[in-house]
Order: sequence, then C-alpha cells, then structure tokens
Amino acid sequence: MSIFRLLAGLIFVWCITLGPSLATAQVQDDAAQALLQRLVEASNAERTAVLKQISESGDERARGWLEAFSAGKLATVKESGTTVVVLNNVGRNWTVASALNGEELGKVSRRALATVRVNNSLRSEVEGLLAVIDLTAANPDVRLAAARDLLGEVDGALVAQIEQRAQVDDNSAVRDMLATALAIHRLEQGDVSAVETLSGSLNAKARAALNNASNSDDPALAAAAAQALESIEQKLKMNRAAETLYFGLSLGSVLVLAAIGLAITFGVMGVINMAHGELIMLGAYTTWGMQQLFPGQPGLALILSIPAGFLVAALAGIAIERSVIQYLKGRPLETLLATFGISLILQQLVRTLVSPLNRSVVTPDWMSGSIMINEALSLTLNRLYVIGFALVVFAGLMLIMRKTRLGLEVRAVTQNRAMARSMGIKATKVDILTFALGSGVAGLAGVALSQITNVGPNLGQNYIIDSFMVVVFGGVGNLWGTLVAGLTLGTINQVLEPWAGAVLAKIMVLVMIILFIQKRPKGLFPQKGRAAEG
Amino acid sequence: MASSQTWLFRPFQERSTQIFLGVLFSALVLVTFLHLFMPQDSALHVSAYTVTLLGKYLCYALLAVAVDLVWGYLGILSLGHGAFFALGGYAMGMYLMRQIGDRGTYGDPLLPDFMVFLNWQELPWYWLGFDMAWFAFIMVLLAPGLLALVFGFLAFRSRVTGVYLSIITQALTFALMLAFFRNEMGFGGNNGLTDFRDILGFNLRSDATRLGLFIATGVALAIGYVICRGIVTSKLGRVSIACRDAEARTRFLGYRVERVQLFVFVVSAMLAGVAGALYVPQVGIINPSEFSPLFSIEIVVWVALGGRATLYGAVIGAILVNYAKTVFTGVMPDAWLFALGALFVLVTVFLPKGIAGLLQKDRKANANDDAPAAQEATA
Amino acid sequence: MSMFEQLTNRERVFEFLEPAQSPVDVRHGPILYMEDVNVSFDGFHAINNLNLTIDDGELRCIIGPNGAGKTTMMDIITGKTRPDNGSVWFGSRHNLLTMNEPEIASLGIGRKFQKPTVFEALTVFENLELAMATNKGIWPTLTAILKPEHRDRIGEVLETIKLEPLCNKPAGILSHGQKQWLEIGMLLMQKPRLLLVDEPVAGMTEQEMERTAELLTSLAGKQSVVVVEHDMGFVRSIARKVTVLHQGSVLAEGTMDQVSNDPEVIKVYLGEEA
Repeated sequence: MSIFRLLAGLIFVWCITLGPSLATAQVQDDAAQALLQRLVEASNAERTAVLKQISESGDERARGWLEAFSAGKLATVKESGTTVVVLNNVGRNWTVASALNGEELGKVSRRALATVRVNNSLRSEVEGLLAVIDLTAANPDVRLAAARDLLGEVDGALVAQIEQRAQVDDNSAVRDMLATALAIHRLEQGDVSAVETLSGSLNAKARAALNNASNSDDPALAAAAAQALESIEQKLKMNRAAETLYFGLSLGSVLVLAAIGLAITFGVMGVINMAHGELIMLGAYTTWGMQQLFPGQPGLALILSIPAGFLVAALAGIAIERSVIQYLKGRPLETLLATFGISLILQQLVRTLVSPLNRSVVTPDWMSGSIMINEALSLTLNRLYVIGFALVVFAGLMLIMRKTRLGLEVRAVTQNRAMARSMGIKATKVDILTFALGSGVAGLAGVALSQITNVGPNLGQNYIIDSFMVVVFGGVGNLWGTLVAGLTLGTINQVLEPWAGAVLAKIMVLVMIILFIQKRPKGLFPQKGRAAEG
Repeated sequence: MASSQTWLFRPFQERSTQIFLGVLFSALVLVTFLHLFMPQDSALHVSAYTVTLLGKYLCYALLAVAVDLVWGYLGILSLGHGAFFALGGYAMGMYLMRQIGDRGTYGDPLLPDFMVFLNWQELPWYWLGFDMAWFAFIMVLLAPGLLALVFGFLAFRSRVTGVYLSIITQALTFALMLAFFRNEMGFGGNNGLTDFRDILGFNLRSDATRLGLFIATGVALAIGYVICRGIVTSKLGRVSIACRDAEARTRFLGYRVERVQLFVFVVSAMLAGVAGALYVPQVGIINPSEFSPLFSIEIVVWVALGGRATLYGAVIGAILVNYAKTVFTGVMPDAWLFALGALFVLVTVFLPKGIAGLLQKDRKANANDDAPAAQEATA
Repeated sequence: MSMFEQLTNRERVFEFLEPAQSPVDVRHGPILYMEDVNVSFDGFHAINNLNLTIDDGELRCIIGPNGAGKTTMMDIITGKTRPDNGSVWFGSRHNLLTMNEPEIASLGIGRKFQKPTVFEALTVFENLELAMATNKGIWPTLTAILKPEHRDRIGEVLETIKLEPLCNKPAGILSHGQKQWLEIGMLLMQKPRLLLVDEPVAGMTEQEMERTAELLTSLAGKQSVVVVEHDMGFVRSIARKVTVLHQGSVLAEGTMDQVSNDPEVIKVYLGEEA
C-alpha cells in the first residue's frame, strides 16, 4: 500500500517539477527557431542586431550557434528549411546536427545545404558577443570563467555591456573579476584611478597591465603602477612561499609514505629490505590491476586498491621474510644483498608479466582538479589527498605500535628477543606480522603514488634511496622522526628546486644528509640508551 | 717459509699469491700466444674481440679485488665503488677525448664534439691538463682517491658504519650519477665520452693496441692484487680485521679506527679508479650508467660469490659472473636479471663463504693439519 | 696533599720503574679523578654526581647492583660516553673529557669489557700482537715487523694467561673463560697505567678465578686496577678498598668489612645477596 502511495507521490512531484520546465523549453524552442530563422534570412547589416539578440536571449545553446555561425558552419537544409550545425565539412557529404536539440541528422549532401555566409566584420562582432555571452549564463562558475577570459580583452565596444553586468551580477567573485577587467581596460587608456582597483590583484593579466603602465610616459601613472606592482610582488612572494610549502609537504608526505614502512622493517626490526621499493611498486600495480577489473569506475577501483594493495604487498613481504630474511638474522649486510636480489627479480617479473612500459592509472574525478585559494595559488586535489592519506596511515601505524598487543609485542621482541620469548611471545610470529605490516604499508604507499607518478617497473627503485635517507635522517626506530624527516626533506627539496634545478636540488639534499650525519650520526631523533656492547 | 725480511716481500711469501700470480701470468701468456700465433681459422685462435672481452673481465676483477679489500677485511660494504671506478674511467676518458684533437665530427682542435654541439665557447677549467697523459694518469688515482678521502673522512669520523655506510655510499654514487647525467657538468651528459681514437699514440682500434691493453690490465691486476695482499698480510691487515670484528675493542687498544678505515678505503678507491681507467679504452665509452647503484651492488655480488676476505675469490667471482652475463645477455637477455637476482639470494643464503669457501673446505679436508702448521711457521 | 707527601708516597712509582712510557702525571695526586659527573639517557640518570678517586697503584673493586652505573662509569673513563657535566682527569695533566678512545687508550688506560671481546677471526698470538704497546699509526702498522723482543714479550704474556698451546688457534674457538684470560692478556700487552676490568671472572671455574685474583693483585702496585665484579667471594679475595655504587653515585667506600657492615649497603645490595 505504502509503496503505491509513495509512487503516486513521486509521480506527482515529477509532474509539477518537470511539467513546467518542459513547457518553458517548448516556448524557448519556438523563440530560438524564430531567431535563427531571422539570422538566416537577414542581410549582413541586419544580422548584427540579430546576433546581439541571440546572445542576449539567455539561451544555453546561443554560444554554440554563434560559434557555428562565425566558423561558417551554420546552415539550412534547402528542402526542409531546418537550421543545422555542420559537424564535419570534409568531403562531399557533411555530417549535420539539428541546431535546436543537437540531434545528429546524419550525412547530407553538400549541395543540399545552404551555409549562412559570414564576413570578417561579423566575425569580430561575434567574438565580442561570445566574450560576454557566458556572462549571462546561469552557472556562476561559467560566468567567472567568462569574466576571466575578458581580462585584457576588453575593448571600447564591450565596456558598456560589461559595466552593466558588473553591477547586476549576484556573485561577488564575478563582479570583482569584471571590475578587474574594466580596470585593466581603463589602465590601458591611461587612467590612473584604475591602478587602485588593480593594486591588490594577483592576476597575471592585471600584473602585465600594470607592468606596461609602469613604463608609460605619464610619470604619475608610472609611479602609481610601480608602487602597485611592488605590493603585488610582495603578495605573490607570500603565495609562492605557500605554494612551495604545499609542494614540499606533498613531496614530503610521499617520502613519509614510502619510508614509513621501512621505518618499521628497518627501524624497528633492523631488517634492511632493499626490495621495499618493489613492494611499493606492487601496491601501485595493484591499483592498476584493480582499475582493469573495474573499467570505468576508477574511484571504486582506487578505494578497493587500498586494502588490496596492502594485502598484496603484505603477502609478498611475508614470502620474502619466510623465504630469505629469516635465514639471515643478525647478518644485516647479507640481508641487504639478498633483498636487493629479490628486488631485481620482482622488477624483472613485472617487466615480463605486465610490460616494461609505464602503465597509466586513471585518477578518479573527485581527485582531479584543484582548489583555487586565490589567483596565484591553487592546490591540486590529488596531492592534497596524498597528504591526507599519509597522515592517516601514519596515525594508524602509531596507533598499532602504541596501543595494540601487536605493537607491544613488536617492541618487546626488538628490545630483548630472548626475554620476550621466555615471556611466551612467539617471536617468529611477531617477526612475520611486523614484516607484513611494514610491507603492507609500502603497498599503501604504492597505491598513493599511482595517483601522482608513473606506474612502471622502476617506480620502486626511484624511491628506495630516498626512503632510506628519510629513515636515517629521522633516526632509526622512531616513527615520529620519519614523519618529521620526510616532511623536512620534501620541503627542503622543493625550496631548493627553483634556483638549483631538480637534479641539483636532489644532490644537495643528499650531500646535506651526509653532512648532517656528521653532526648527529643517529639522526634527528636518536634512540638513546646505555651502550649495547659491554 | 722464510721469516719476513722486510714488509715489501711479505705478500709474495703467501702461497695464495704465488699461485694467483702464476695462474694470471700463464693466462696472459697463453692468450697472447693464441692470439698472435694461432691462425685465424683455428679453433684455438683467440680473436681481438675476445682479447678485449677478457681485458674487460680483468678490469672487473681488479675492481672486485678493491671491493673485497674494504668489504672482506674491513667490513665496510661499499655500495658506491662503481663511483670510483667511473671517476677513474672519466679521467681516462677525458684524456682520450683530448687525444682526438681536431679529428672529431666538428673538427674543433680544442673542444670535444659534445661541447661544440652544446655551443660551448671554451674548455672548462677542469678539462685543462687532460691532454697530457701523465696528468690524466695521476688524475685516475687522484679523482677517486680524493672523493674517497673526503667522503671517508666525513663518514668514518662520525662512525658511520655497517648498513648506514652502505646506504650512504649508495646515495653517493646515485647523486653522482644524477650529476653526470647533466649536460652542464661538462662530461658529455647522457652519452658520456666516446669515439676515442688513440691512446699514447697507439690506435685504439688496432689489434695490437687491444692486446697491449689486455696485458696492461693483467699487470695492473697483478700489482693491485699484490698491494692488497701486502696490506692484508701486514699488521695493518690484522688491525683491519680487528676493526671489522670488534671496532670498539680496537679503539680501546689505541688504534685510530677511522684512520685505518680511511687509509684502506682510499687505497681501494684508487684501485677501483685504475680498473675504470683501463676499462674505458677497451670498451670505448664511459657514461653515467657506470655510476648506477645497480652496477655498484653487482660488484659486491661478484665478491660474495667468489668469497669474501680472500682476494682471489673476488677475481674468480668477477670473471664468473661477467662471463655468465655475457652468455646470458647473448642468449636470453630477459633472463639475466632473474639470474642475477637469484644469484644474490642463493649466494647470501646458501654460500656465505662463496666459492673460495668451498675450495678451502676441500683443502682442509685433504690436508687437515697443514694449515695450522703453516701458520705456526709464520708466527 | 703536600708536595712532601707526594714525594714520599709509598705508592709512588718512579719513571724508570714504570711498565710503560705513559705520560700520565701522578706527582700531584691520584691517577684517576672524577668529580660531579652526571650522565642521563632520555631522562634516566645513569650517573648521578659521581665522585671517585683512584690512587696510583691501587687495586679498587667496584660493586653495586645492576643499573648502578658501573659500566657507564667505565664508558666515561674510556671516552665512549660523554658525560653531561663534571670533570674526569687522568693524573693531573690529562682531561679525559677532551679525548677520544684511542687517545685515552694510548695514554695508558686499558679496558676489559664485560662481555669478553677478542678478535675471533685472529689467532691468540695475533690478538696479543695487536694489543702490544707500539706506535699505532697507519704507516708504522703497515710496515711493522715482529721483532724477537716483541715475540718474547708475547710469549711471556701467553705464559701468564696459560694459552701457549692455543697460540695459533683462532680466538673464536676459545672457551668463555679463556677469552676472558686472553682479554686480560691483551690488557697486559698494552702495559697500561690504569686497568679497567669489567667482570673478569664471569664464566670462570673456581681454579681460574683464583689465578685471576692472583694476577690482578700482582699487577696492583705497578699499575692501578679497577675491577667491577658481581662475585662477592672474588671481590673479598682481592679487595683492599671497595666502592659501592648505587643509582649512579657512590654509596659507600672502604674496606670490604666496612662496606659490608654499612647498613645502607646491606639494604640496597648485600642484603639481597644474602
């Protein structure tokens, strides 16, 4: 019963919401048809007015028409008289679509079509109209983008129109943008008062205009512009610093992700796992694999990759621990060599089984794009997600090591293996679990990395040295140290990069670490304790 | 065995040195004979190509001996010896480059081709002097030696040892690789230095020069081996082992552990540099890939396979692995990395003492009381 | 202490009688002097205002429960651990806090570790050879040749530590007790002015222990010996003066009888043993 009632209700709602909109669409179509008809039939002189009417009609399709018109792709089918847009004008038969509803009408012989003629003066007319047409769009984002396009492009013909829009628009960002556009125009005309409007703007075009003005012959204008430029420069510097910091943190969090698993296997267990990078690679390939399993749903695949990547890498880690590392206990250098061998095998395995080439991993929509803080500063979303992910992983690991039974046992076994065993802790089991945990985290790092870098057989190799550096720099066996060291190194790298170049910055960071170890051989946060040898 | 009159002759009194030098010189003579006096179509004829290939193996062998000196006897696992090898190689490459003179593609009498290509106007200062052989040959020792000195000084002073040192040496060679990849460094960037013409006036493409280089490499290996054996059999060698096994104890005995480490490390780096210098004219190119961490760690596995702390084991390992590499990359190139990876794992897990360990075991089984008696005699 | 007392001090060892050419200056007082030394690891005070004076030629036993700071104290003297503050002087001329381990070792301070640390890959003979007091620079070591007098010296020590038959065996095959002896032998080769001996009799048989006691007492007088030991019987057999460490500072000092009757000491240490 209730279902019926619900259905009835839904239908009712649908009727009252959709009904009128259908009706208005009909009305619009009629009006639009009439406008197009006039455009086709009018003389060139009259067309200017018609074009203007079209652009002011507020019709969403107006832009398409104007663009088609200006490109000479607006036509009427001679027989039926319907107005169409030519989609493809190559060959004898042209593909056309209805101008009103965009429906494809298939191929029509060139001869059966009458193209609406256009000349250069009309074309420039249309260009001006196109520039402002989106200013009337319903979506404020579209309006803002349109307003941005106007910066530096305003000419006398448009001023009145823009001024009018600048007053009526209900979105402050759009209004500001339009004001900036107008001010740039006024500045170009030599109006000193425009400087004031522009002085706070971070927009590149505004800056360019000010720059031009500062070289102008009018000393008052030049001085005012120069001053405004200086204050902008100041602001830009701040923004650039913020951007560098953001990139630094983002690179840093990548390093933290890559290194934190190592901080567990190397720092806590004392096992040198040179195949750690390849575990990261496995995580990244898992993401790729999941996306192959769920084509068209990159978001879902990515989310599923988080547990899957962890599992794959953790299982690989267990296999490595059981097959090799357990036999090399207490021989760190041999462990290093053996695990390096494993890393070679894993790399070659991926090359053979998947491909020696990079695979592309799709970034889901909700992760692409960026948040714009202001004109000069925008934060890319994928990096923001990686920073967040790194912090979550770090917090999770901290919790595991500090608050769980496993963490307690791990710490017990690493501090005194014999004692821990005599207290009933299964050291072997703890070894396996710890190694699996560290490896799994490497897999997580791989999942994250797949979103910001190429996924290829060499992915891990590129991170292994950096990861070790982070662990050594932070102080072995200290997760906090790894966090601080990773973020610090990332930031330093980004600070150095602009003036030293990427390669040199990397070299400088390596040299810095080597020198740093001089001062503090045990890293930022050394583990203190009574001398182990006695 | 006679008691040691002076430390200079000490290495030659070791049985293993005598055997090693004997085998090495016989091999040199044999190859030379087979190359020169066997008719081309004979199955026993050794082609110029093979001579150069063998010369390359001998370079690797010298490099492996250098690594064994620091790893086997001092316990320092250097994952950056490729850097010293490459620096020696670059020093030689720069000399060979300057020898080309105006015979390059662009015919510039002073600038190497790649600099002309990059529109450089003048020779960078660090290229000066490399037109003189003696200067270049000194730099072959000095460049890697200085790097080892500075790096070792910093590392050993702050007591960075064990895996930390290994990782830092790896970072070192990685950083150098990145640096040498840059065109602005003035070492030919990606492509490195190549298209050499002649060395000391001899045409590098002639068979006679190739044979000469092969013999020179053999002699260098012999000298390097004797130097290492000399260090190892001296009291300093025993101190090295002491540093390796109980660093703190050695320090409390009054030895400056960091100086011992530094000395041996620098000697080893110089030997690696010589190996690199002899390698370059034989393969005809030096590029940044010699700096790659993979190459450096490969050297270590040669030594591991041959057997650490034996010196001759390093030679055996280097030749075996590189022979295998030649065969593999010819027959099935994809399998080589699998084989190499497996070698890393198998040697460390199942053959920690390497091939030399197997040999020693055999010898011990054969003559059980022989070894202690010999030791008593030396003591 | 007046100059006169200094000169007439029975313990005073004249230059020509000294076993090694140690530059230590003991004319103005004790051979080792530690004052107000503090060390803490992560907030844990391992050494707490430690004051300790060792006279030249003295045999001193240091006892104390686990964690009393005995090994840390030795680490400080030998330069392995740097204290947070305080001063440590070797004789009246050498500030040990400004020196590193090899410098301190070549000044004439020898140390035996708690866990016997010998070079297992080297023979017993070679172990002693390395410990021998000679120029330990790089070049002299590289070109060193074993002279007959060196061999004799090694032979003497081998005899003392009863390891002659094993002289050419690698030290790795020695038993725990033998390693202890070898390490003591290495100390003897160093000819130090001050011997720091950490638990010398751990793992030794009764008989070996007796010989160790004999050896250490015979060294005293010529050299200063500081022994850290847990074995009370052993301490009683050799000790003239005993220092009790507790929580990083000196709890009591005196003869064995004095300290074993000290109520504080009984409370924290001996009481538990009994």
